[in-house]
Amino acid sequence: MRTYPKVTTLINRIDWLSSFANEVPFILAAERLMEIEAPPRAQYIRTILFEMARVANIGLFLGEMGLQLGAVTPAFYAFRDREFVLNQIEAVTGGRFHPNFDRIGGLKDDLPKGWIAETKQVMERLRDYCDMIETLLVGNEIFQARCRGIGVIPAEVGLAYGLSGANIRASGVDWDIRRDNPCGLPYDKIDWKVWTHPDGDSFARYWVRLQETREATHIVDQLCDSLPSGPIMAKVPRIIKVPEGEAWVSTENPLGEMGYHIVSKGDLGPYRVKIRSASFSNVSITPWVLRGVYVPDVVTILASLYFILGDIDR
Amino acid sequence: MLAIHLAYWQQSILRVVGVLAAVLLPAGAFVNLFLFKMVSFMQNRLGPMEAGPHGQLQLLAEVGKFIQKEDIVPERADRRLFKLAPYLVVGTVLLVYLAVPFGPDAYFANLDAGVFYVLAVSSLSVIGVLIAGWASANKYSLLGGLRAAGQLIAYELPMVLALVGVVIQAGSLNLQAIVAAQHNGEMFGFGALGNPFVLTQFVGFGVFMIATQAELTQTPFDMPIAESELVAGYTTEYSGLRFLLFFIGEFASAGAFAAVAATMFLGGWALPGLDLDANYMNVLGPLVLFAKILVLAGLIFFIRFTYPRLREDQLQRFAWTILIPVSLLNIVATAVLKVVF
Repeated sequence: MRTYPKVTTLINRIDWLSSFANEVPFILAAERLMEIEAPPRAQYIRTILFEMARVANIGLFLGEMGLQLGAVTPAFYAFRDREFVLNQIEAVTGGRFHPNFDRIGGLKDDLPKGWIAETKQVMERLRDYCDMIETLLVGNEIFQARCRGIGVIPAEVGLAYGLSGANIRASGVDWDIRRDNPCGLPYDKIDWKVWTHPDGDSFARYWVRLQETREATHIVDQLCDSLPSGPIMAKVPRIIKVPEGEAWVSTENPLGEMGYHIVSKGDLGPYRVKIRSASFSNVSITPWVLRGVYVPDVVTILASLYFILGDIDR
Repeated sequence: MLAIHLAYWQQSILRVVGVLAAVLLPAGAFVNLFLFKMVSFMQNRLGPMEAGPHGQLQLLAEVGKFIQKEDIVPERADRRLFKLAPYLVVGTVLLVYLAVPFGPDAYFANLDAGVFYVLAVSSLSVIGVLIAGWASANKYSLLGGLRAAGQLIAYELPMVLALVGVVIQAGSLNLQAIVAAQHNGEMFGFGALGNPFVLTQFVGFGVFMIATQAELTQTPFDMPIAESELVAGYTTEYSGLRFLLFFIGEFASAGAFAAVAATMFLGGWALPGLDLDANYMNVLGPLVLFAKILVLAGLIFFIRFTYPRLREDQLQRFAWTILIPVSLLNIVATAVLKVVF
């Protein structure tokens, strides 16, 4: 039987570029059923790792979009700078791709010594990377010619198809679960901004993701500065049994809204889990948006919708 | 004149060996210098490091790899055309080098209509590409071949028009005469540097280099082999030695176009301050030309590894609405200035 602590190993694999972000909504849902709240320090570190996973994931997208459009070099810069973020995640969790670090009631470990100063340097570096990408790709005439006005998704169509995350924010919908329903994560205690773009085309989706990556580095900086002291684990029984009931928690993952609906019958493991993954809904719009476009634009649109295959495979 | 007298058959062998060296040397140098090392430097990698000192023997390893590979001809392919296409592509590059002079006596053929010949021959590679695309019996190959054909024809025109300005200024279609005109010319009465046409024909130079980029199907004009759309375009079905031939053709024609550009705009094999008719220029000339080719090829590959690619319709629009009018205006301006001064 898959007990609750064992499930995080599985859900690490859903969106493999930002694995830690997959664990958080599941753990939050289980905590809600057990009526436990993680201590503030654990919530802060969760959010820091969550945002670093976002930087690691979207940072790669920023280079890879160039690769799809024929510019080889940005992808290498993306991998180079992502490495620094992965190193920081590894220093805390021990895993580069699949951390398996989040626990019901808190976290497995505290931060290692000297980690915060290093992380701030890495975030500084990632901001430089974002600036570089901005001059290298966003400012490039050919990139703009390939992306502007391509694959326009109006807000109402996007909402009807269930788009979420940067894809819907690029259509001008001001909707971010981090701000609207943070579920105990300390997003309301820091100063940050939700970026939107009115155009709804491929360029807007790229631009919104670029701004979000930069914003995520600022979020990490602020959380590192205001990190409270205290325990990282709440009082949790040795054998975790989740009481009977149902819970739904969703968070703003790098790819969009990711939610878990857990049905518990009071056993050691969940009775049923429904995973709402972002890419599955995001790619459902392709039959609509790909009508009547040129073949090269198919590449642009699919790249800008940004999906990860593990996230589609349900 | 040459100091040593050679029999005709000896000269012929020398010419064949010379053309092969002229084609393979720049191609190999480009692959090693730009494709392996410069791009690695740009992308924060080391590039090949294991084979030989700093990976200098990697080129040989790559060639050996391609020769060993299985030679596959698709079942439904048109076998004879499929096998013919790579040789056509490489052959046209050999033909371009025939007319390029390397020194006062170091040339393969001194044609009076050299510019005309070079431009005519360089566009023959379209046929090879189109045959490759058609004979492969593969939809990606066919699309890639057609894209390549459309692109090469569209950019042939600005390329020709860009060189017309040079021809007007030099007053000759002979490549040797163009080199001499640049060497002996003067700028505003100052003749020490000669008059490389890149200074007066900078518009033509820009148009020619852009058109070269498109003729070579390098990024930002690499739609015929766009890997995210067409797998590998017209080379999809090729493997082993035949793929290697396409590869050599691609890089050798980069060298050929760079050689033409260096001859037409940068003064060719001549160097300011050196005697144009001296015998030692037959040895020094090829080296000077090779250095100029490397500079121009560096520019081509730098752009290749920096830019994203355009879309097919945007590329055509760029050629017909911007490049061709600009080069026509350049011709008019050159002709007017030539008559006035």
